[in-house]
Amino acid sequence: MNMSRRQVLLLLPAAAVAWESILAGTPEASPNYKLTEHWWGMLVDISKCIGCGNCVRACATENNVPEGYFRTWVERYHVSDFNQAEPVVDSPDGGKEGFPPMLEEGGKNFFVPKMCNHCADSPCTQVCPVGATFISPDGVVLVDKQYCIGCRYCIQACPYGCRFLNPKTETAEKCTLCYHRITKGLTTACCEACPTGARQLADLKNPSDPIHEFLRTHAVQVLKPHMATGAKLYYNGLDGSVR
Amino acid sequence: MTIEPAQEGSGRVEDRADGDGAAMNRFKDAEHLFRVALVFAAGALAFVVVRAILVPKSFGEYGHYRGTAIAEIAAQPVVFAGHESCETCHPEVPAVKNKGKHAKVNCEACHGALAKHAEDPGTVEPAKLETAVLCVKCHSKNGAKPEGFPQVDAKEHSAGLACDTCHKPHSPVIGAGGKP
Repeated sequence: MNMSRRQVLLLLPAAAVAWESILAGTPEASPNYKLTEHWWGMLVDISKCIGCGNCVRACATENNVPEGYFRTWVERYHVSDFNQAEPVVDSPDGGKEGFPPMLEEGGKNFFVPKMCNHCADSPCTQVCPVGATFISPDGVVLVDKQYCIGCRYCIQACPYGCRFLNPKTETAEKCTLCYHRITKGLTTACCEACPTGARQLADLKNPSDPIHEFLRTHAVQVLKPHMATGAKLYYNGLDGSVR
Repeated sequence: MTIEPAQEGSGRVEDRADGDGAAMNRFKDAEHLFRVALVFAAGALAFVVVRAILVPKSFGEYGHYRGTAIAEIAAQPVVFAGHESCETCHPEVPAVKNKGKHAKVNCEACHGALAKHAEDPGTVEPAKLETAVLCVKCHSKNGAKPEGFPQVDAKEHSAGLACDTCHKPHSPVIGAGGKP
């Protein structure tokens, strides 16, 4: 093959780019899953939650969550007719084994399942000093266990109290939105185990996902909207007293 | 601003001093600068080399984090098989269940996580369920539950009898029929 010096020089940058892409490899676990084609969130319908604790148990089983810590939990609210600004909230063992009968009489009573809001502008990823926590290209806030130094900044930064330090690994831990499941086409463990459909995984980039129809036709709210976290945990029927 | 070209033999500090001494001073200064530059160059080289060794290859692939962490997290094993897996081998259950009140209750909501059973149905058997314990987890009376949701005081309702004495779990309304 005859090539002039000029032709070789012109081809060099292209060859370098090709070599770099070979070195980088393909990091995705599921061959048909494309990071750029999804933007994950979740819908919680408070009017459907019965406080059975199935989601809390399922999450702990699926993700090996240490005893006494929660990636998701359920709170019970009692809002009295006379003091709506200060609701009585209880969550015995995160609601894992359900709830005892109400002590208070009357008022407004309901359950609120909680978990990571997978914020699009998450405060927790902004404070990480080592790049151990991040928002994946498909909108899930994750923790790199190998990189986490256990400084706990992110735990303090989360306005929703969704993170904890794993006592064994000494690294920050949180809901991964069952990333190992949703990348395989399954729903999250909590959604799978919810008997009433109060939780629905939502892919906001998928035009045929029922979330779009739901958001259009219902009064849906996120927690602490004034903090502008870009939360993607959408609540239907959220009472103003919920913090 | 313009800088006037320095004229030979005028204005420069070292040229004002006398003869040999001035030439030696100039040489010494140059060596100092050369040493400092060498230290800086060595430091910069060490920084680049150490950084290349310490920073993982995939860092910065998608953002300020290790790109391969995404695949590592996605590699975690699945524990709940998902109702689609169950229904491939047990199609008779959804045939009954989807007509009844428990249509939206997935298999593993009651039967527990069964990915191991789905992978190896021959050796891993799902546990037998006790309805007296299981059903009340959802259906026990609680003032915070939505009003339309069927809830009972178990003692008053069945006096300790197992729920499946009367109700068939896959289609719980009495008289609705179907597999227990």
